[in-house]
Amino acid sequence: MMSYFKLFALAAISFYLAGCAQNTIPDPDPTDTTYPADAGDASTSGADSDMYADGEFMDDPSAGELTMVIYFDFDSSEVRAADQDIVSRHAMQLGSGGSIRLEGHADERGSREYNIGLGERRAQAVRQMLLIQGVSAGQISTVSFGEERPVGFGSSEADYAQNRRVEFKYSN
Amino acid sequence: MRKITSILLSLLVFACVTASAQTLRIDVQGVAQPTPVAIVPFGWEGGDAADMPLDVVKVIRDDLLRSGRFAPVDESKMLQKPTDGADVDFQDWSFVGVEAVVVGKVIQTGANAYTLQFQLFDVFGRRQLVGYRMPASRGTMRSAAHRVADMIYEKLTGIKGVFGTKVAYVTAKREGEGRLFSLIVSDQDGFNEHTIMESADPIMSPAWSPDSRQLAYVSFEGNQSSIFVQTLRTGNRFKVSSKPGINGAPSFSPDGRKLVVTLGGVDGNLDIYVLDVNSRRTTRLTTHRAIDTEGTWSPDGDYIYFTSDRSGGPQIYRVGANGGTPERVTFEGSYNARPRLSPDGKRLAMVHNDRGNYRIAVMSIDRKDLLVLSTGRQDESPSFAPNSDILIYATRQGRNGVLETVSADGLIRQKLAARAGGDVREPVWSPFPRF
Repeated sequence: MMSYFKLFALAAISFYLAGCAQNTIPDPDPTDTTYPADAGDASTSGADSDMYADGEFMDDPSAGELTMVIYFDFDSSEVRAADQDIVSRHAMQLGSGGSIRLEGHADERGSREYNIGLGERRAQAVRQMLLIQGVSAGQISTVSFGEERPVGFGSSEADYAQNRRVEFKYSN
Repeated sequence: MRKITSILLSLLVFACVTASAQTLRIDVQGVAQPTPVAIVPFGWEGGDAADMPLDVVKVIRDDLLRSGRFAPVDESKMLQKPTDGADVDFQDWSFVGVEAVVVGKVIQTGANAYTLQFQLFDVFGRRQLVGYRMPASRGTMRSAAHRVADMIYEKLTGIKGVFGTKVAYVTAKREGEGRLFSLIVSDQDGFNEHTIMESADPIMSPAWSPDSRQLAYVSFEGNQSSIFVQTLRTGNRFKVSSKPGINGAPSFSPDGRKLVVTLGGVDGNLDIYVLDVNSRRTTRLTTHRAIDTEGTWSPDGDYIYFTSDRSGGPQIYRVGANGGTPERVTFEGSYNARPRLSPDGKRLAMVHNDRGNYRIAVMSIDRKDLLVLSTGRQDESPSFAPNSDILIYATRQGRNGVLETVSADGLIRQKLAARAGGDVREPVWSPFPRF
């Protein structure tokens, strides 16, 4: 039964990824782990960096190359349809043990403690999906950092979009 | 001839005063017609003039100037510079056009012991309004000077001065890959900054105890939110809440024995709880599945005001401090959060969405009319001064947060120079000091 589910999920993911590859709209790519606006202090050098650009290990869900962050719409804690597969892959990963901390975040608008609430709501939305997919409650903890740990430090829509997120942090 | 020398001298002194005032970066927008006052240079009865522990007059003058309600006259305009009340010539002062004159002196009484005395005169009434003498040391001279300014301010305006109070706030600075968060306590004019806590993980929501001896705050050390209470004098702190999920938004009860806090639990349903600081026992006040947070006590201790999005967007509600059915308090606009009551209980400050901008607004509890006080895009964390007349809050300047104050009627504004640097946020004004 479980392997059926895994197969289905894999199929769904590869279908989704295939779709992604043809999609040229420069949406913030949830699989991109480099955060463009965070490059403020970083100085880059060109040597050899090109050779890693096309690297992809997405065909092996147990290899640890899981997407570790998903993003949310303004004022929303609903996991985007496109990201539900990512959550499923984490559910699969957790099926073989380990525990995870879901870190919820919000953009800077409004008051700080209320934003802690919004970040927690996002982390809980992901937690509920994991629970439904068979992950045990003891494997999951949540924390909300509200607006306190931004990825984008500016005040543009692009910064806000990067900051409304849930990060998946495995502890073992 | 004597007059010319004294004018020359005062010109020199005046030049020095302006030079040092520039480093303070005071940016004040005051009332249309601030009251002209004269603060005459204080006398010094001790050894060398250089041994005077502090330019007391400069502290008093800066305080009154920054209040926005007073226009201290330049020393160069003073026709006389008495240091004793008996030598005050009211004719001269009314000619200069000031309404009040302050004279005083610092007297050395021991190796590190001084007496600071002053007298305030009403020029038109030709009478003394207040005279006071207090002991001070080198270490306490600045706060003694603030106390003089407070007494002058109260006599002339009828409002208690807050120059002797403190402010706590949080700063975040980039440090390598990460950031360094600091919890800082300083005098309200930015002097005497002390970092009382530092962490690579976020620090949030500082709150003063009513005796101003302790601060409660939230720390994310170890990627888990916990509420601490720290004693300022010793630096000792204890963890008062570290339950699974969110531990946030602490605020002291008027008697200082309890904290209203937000707890989320494993299921992340944020509700308002009252936490007994000694026993650590919690009592749940709200049970709604919406976000309930940012609780704060009414000054009479009867109610807890809080933010809830049970109606959709965040609005302010209140519930009896011992429980009951919450009632909605704010109705104007789609976003009202982070309530704070003025110590006199008459006004409610909040973060209010004003046509897409998050601004500080106050609502009178009786009339329910809302007055938007700030002008930024992302203003937050309003906190009343203990005299209920001024608020401090954080606003954006570029990418960093800076602090501003505004009078509760919106007429007087002041930008505070961020001495600490970095991104400054969550200012909270201390209660009145205890002497």
